[in-house]
Amino acid sequence: MMCMTCGCGKGQTLIGGHALARQREPGRGMRYRIHQAAHEDEHQHASNQGNIDFGAGPAGTHAPGMSQSRMVRIERDILAKNNDYADRNRRYFSGHGIFALNLVSSPGSGKTTLLVKTIAALHGAQPLAVIEGDQQTDNDAARIRAAGAPALQINTGKGCHLDAHMIGEAMQRLGLKNDSLLLIENVGNLVCPAGFDLGEAHKVVIFSVTEGEDKPLKYPDMFRAADLMLLSKCDLLPYLDFDADLAVANARRINPQIGVIRVSATSGAGITEWLEWITAGCRNTVTNRGIVREFQE
Amino acid sequence: MHEMSIAESVLQIIEDKAQTDGYTRVKAVWLEIGQLAGVEIESLRFCFDVVTRDSVARDARLEIVETAGQGWCMQCARSVAVSARYEPCPNCGGFQVEVTGGDGMRVKELEVE
Repeated sequence: MMCMTCGCGKGQTLIGGHALARQREPGRGMRYRIHQAAHEDEHQHASNQGNIDFGAGPAGTHAPGMSQSRMVRIERDILAKNNDYADRNRRYFSGHGIFALNLVSSPGSGKTTLLVKTIAALHGAQPLAVIEGDQQTDNDAARIRAAGAPALQINTGKGCHLDAHMIGEAMQRLGLKNDSLLLIENVGNLVCPAGFDLGEAHKVVIFSVTEGEDKPLKYPDMFRAADLMLLSKCDLLPYLDFDADLAVANARRINPQIGVIRVSATSGAGITEWLEWITAGCRNTVTNRGIVREFQE
Repeated sequence: MHEMSIAESVLQIIEDKAQTDGYTRVKAVWLEIGQLAGVEIESLRFCFDVVTRDSVARDARLEIVETAGQGWCMQCARSVAVSARYEPCPNCGGFQVEVTGGDGMRVKELEVE
């Protein structure tokens, strides 16, 4: 059941068709479930705010002049748990010479087609594996396997992004080779995946020329988080009223350091440059094996 | 950003702390959310109420302290205020601004019993 208010639902994450081992201890449950009950009295949640209940102590009483509550300082980063898992993944990648890329974009930008083309072009020269993230179906993993690379599908159910814990599980099931390339195709979504580090070396944002030039301005967090932008479907430029230079300028307004490669999976334009970028990354990772890049955020 | 996941993470931090410190009820939670963290505060309040039902933090008051965005303008070579990531430098109008603060999210403090 999906909540129509915010899209949350029961944990439905599947990795290669199997349920994800939960991060929470048994019995504590995934809290999403409780949301169902929230619908029955949707407008009541604010009603208890601001109440001072003096009878709510352990004994159901309040001793005058004696406060039962105390303050606890915790100072914990909210995304720390995900970042811990991401750190673990990053150490694993580094220790095994694995160059991991997190590919992000809106749905329909041509991520999978570009991956298929990339796999075909790299064939044999570079050991690689692919993790595919989608809400439903294993269509994409099937396409990657048909292209000749090992692939594992993560279905996030109602979830809108991959997180580091899912990647950790998927890595174990895939059995990654040393000194290999790992391509993670995130769920098509330009919002949520920006905030969830997976332990990758780089986020690569794919931005197709059939979208608007102002996409980087509308979704700045993602373009900010990415180190490389692939401007895809460039073979269509002659037929479109799309200003590629403006699109690149908009991306650089958000992220002055972002690298840009103009590509087309159909014509093959820019693919050589993209492969060179990947190969250089793989080489660096193998050379610097065991040296974990400081997490920057 | 995904406010439901963030509310889940906040609850997990609270529950972990409740287990180690042995308290049974959380009455108030103070969060520090950066202006540039990509979080919709109202959405987060809604999600927090939902995920904390049946937990130690049920009916807890949520206090959110927003921290201002800060950046370093490479052209001016100085620290500037940043209200949104894609905004130009308020000083020179350029876009070479690196965010240096106000992009974090933390659980600061709890009132417990």
